Amino acid sequence: MFGEGLLKGMAETARNFLGSYVSKDRLTTVQFPEERVAPIEASRNFPFLVYDGKDWQQGMRCVSCLICEKECPPKCIFIEKSTDKKPDATGKPQFYPAVFNIDVSVCMSCQICVEVCPFDAIKMDVAFELSTDNRFDDLLWDKQRLAKSNEYYGKIHPTEAAAVDAQLAEGRAKLEAKSKLTTEAKAVGAAVPSAQTVSGVTE
Amino acid sequence: MPETIDQIFVIVKHWLLGYVPAEVQPLFSALLSVVPILVVFPLLFAITTLLERKGLGRIQNRYGPNRTGPYGLLQPIADAVKSLTKEDVVPHTADEVVHFLAPLLLVSAALLGYAVLPVGRNMIVANLNAGVLFFFAVGSLVELAVFMAGWSSRNKYSLLGAMRAIAQMISYEVPLVLASIVVIMAAGSLSTVAIVKAQAGYAGIWPHWFVFTPWGFAGFVLFMIAATVESNRSPFDLPEGESEIIAGYYIEYSGFKFALFFLGEYLGMFATSGMAITLFLGGWAAPFSFLTWVPSYFWFFSKLLVLIAGFIWVRGTLPRLRMDQLMNFAWRFMLPMALLNIFIAGVWHFMPAGLSRWLVCIILVAAPCILLSRGLKKEKKLQVRTYRFAE
Amino acid sequence: MTVAFLILAALTTAGMAAAMGLRNLVHCVLALTLGFAGLAALYLQLGAQFVGFTQILVYVGAVAILAVFAIMMTQSAGSMTRPVFSSAWLTGSLVAGSVFAVLAWAICSSAASRKMLPPEPQATVHQIGDALMHRFVLPLEIIGLLLTVALIGAVVLAMHGKRETQ
Repeated sequence: MFGEGLLKGMAETARNFLGSYVSKDRLTTVQFPEERVAPIEASRNFPFLVYDGKDWQQGMRCVSCLICEKECPPKCIFIEKSTDKKPDATGKPQFYPAVFNIDVSVCMSCQICVEVCPFDAIKMDVAFELSTDNRFDDLLWDKQRLAKSNEYYGKIHPTEAAAVDAQLAEGRAKLEAKSKLTTEAKAVGAAVPSAQTVSGVTE
Repeated sequence: MPETIDQIFVIVKHWLLGYVPAEVQPLFSALLSVVPILVVFPLLFAITTLLERKGLGRIQNRYGPNRTGPYGLLQPIADAVKSLTKEDVVPHTADEVVHFLAPLLLVSAALLGYAVLPVGRNMIVANLNAGVLFFFAVGSLVELAVFMAGWSSRNKYSLLGAMRAIAQMISYEVPLVLASIVVIMAAGSLSTVAIVKAQAGYAGIWPHWFVFTPWGFAGFVLFMIAATVESNRSPFDLPEGESEIIAGYYIEYSGFKFALFFLGEYLGMFATSGMAITLFLGGWAAPFSFLTWVPSYFWFFSKLLVLIAGFIWVRGTLPRLRMDQLMNFAWRFMLPMALLNIFIAGVWHFMPAGLSRWLVCIILVAAPCILLSRGLKKEKKLQVRTYRFAE
Repeated sequence: MTVAFLILAALTTAGMAAAMGLRNLVHCVLALTLGFAGLAALYLQLGAQFVGFTQILVYVGAVAILAVFAIMMTQSAGSMTRPVFSSAWLTGSLVAGSVFAVLAWAICSSAASRKMLPPEPQATVHQIGDALMHRFVLPLEIIGLLLTVALIGAVVLAMHGKRETQ
């Protein structure tokens, strides 16, 4: 009747106004770029290539299988396979990409390249402060720009990186165990005929 | 010593006039009275834009502008530079002469109203015998400027906004004038200086302002609501609602002319607040009798700042009124309330002083308020809703 | 015949002449408003503060707005394509000239033109109100009644129209 609803509303805004000087949840602004919100793990922006170890060319996981290039919907990945092979992180000689370009102005961050990569070589980055002043050249990223270390991957996506590392370590352990078995079998097989021949000779 | 500080501007003006030959003294006297108004109130406008943005920001759980200068204090300068350097776009089919004159008329009309506001003791530009009438006469020029702006742009949304704005303004001019008539009745004069003088006494420490009487309080509330409408401010900013009709009647203006519209609106807001202070809040009188040593212009401007803060507060709180709600409110609530207020002021005048007249007048104010607001609410006739679901 | 009077008279005459002569209807209304403002300034120059301010309040603030609303509602502000001067201008100017002659003769032969400039009129707002309430109370009440009847008639017409459209 006398406008109590209005007065209640005005009291609420007054509480907001005065509370904004006192408590943090009445002033929820985060003053970017001085303050930042905590990064979310499941966010993604553009892809990057993972390398193990210290040398980005030596430890790069990508073996140039060209699956991501074929699966990319806007076709923004351009790969040229190398003609020679180099040993990868486990020592096995693999092809490597001589040229690996991603056109970031086209990339739509759909993460399909990450999902189809069988070698966990391409993952999604979270960096968003990417502005340049050249519209075309600076937005075509080459292999060096895309290569980031496994430690960086672990920093931005901890749980994912831990899972990938565990998987890779398991795979490597299985491989080592298998190779140990075969070398042992070979050693045993080598030893047995030598034993036999030795015994045959002596007999 | 307090009197010297209080009258410092008057003393300085007389001293400066001494240096001028006698023939041009009236002209220089007029200039020296007018130029401070032209300097102070646009500065107040600049400060108010900043205060409003920061105040609204805090109400809405955010900072206001705080990048330009410390705490955003240089933001008005940035705004001024922006509005001065923007390209002035005039539509091809627009009426150029009228398009150009509309903001000028608005600002001139708004500035003319300051001539009768007593800013301090002996500090008024023109002590007219019919000061309040002059103020309302000049306020009615604003509607013409709004029409000129809306029509000359040759834009149907602009015209629509102008029509709504004019309808709103003339509807609320009636309660505005009627609410001030009570004060004129009580003070017995149309001169603003006389009205302030009529409120100058103190009963103990309490002042004799008109707002501390039942009819004065009702009149003050009505006057402030009507003042909010006259300056097209939220929650009555339908003609310029940013989410509705983009910018309403000044949609085709850019750059400095837009800034002039803004300036004219805010100046109108200050002028009407100043008139409310003069009529109801005792003008330049101090609120308590032991504070009369503080200079009079300080009290006027602090009351003005309090009212401006009230405007900003209301803007941050209430949603916009629809056009029919607005008109209903004006003709069905404000007008009868204002007319009854005149009657109540008469009753107050003729009853002997004491508790009985307080009780009678409070009941006479409260009862129509309740009844009229009940009458407003009854308009909602909800239809029986039939729901049709997709098959 | 002071300078102020000459300027104001020129302004008023120019405004009213423009209101008759301009092609665009909105320009005509605005020129008419300028003429009203000039009249108000003339009243003020004669010292009649109340009448001057009321002229602005009523004519500029209400009558001009009414004309403006009429234009906006009918949206007939296109430029006139017909010539401004009508074919009966000779008869019209004869009639106007004779009216002017009669008025001029009446004013010049009246008592007001022979006296010296009268002293500053003491018709303050207080005295006007006094006169309205004591001496002229009957005309005031009749005018009030007339206005109320007009208002009620307008409301009835509007309601009638609304009921028809409903």
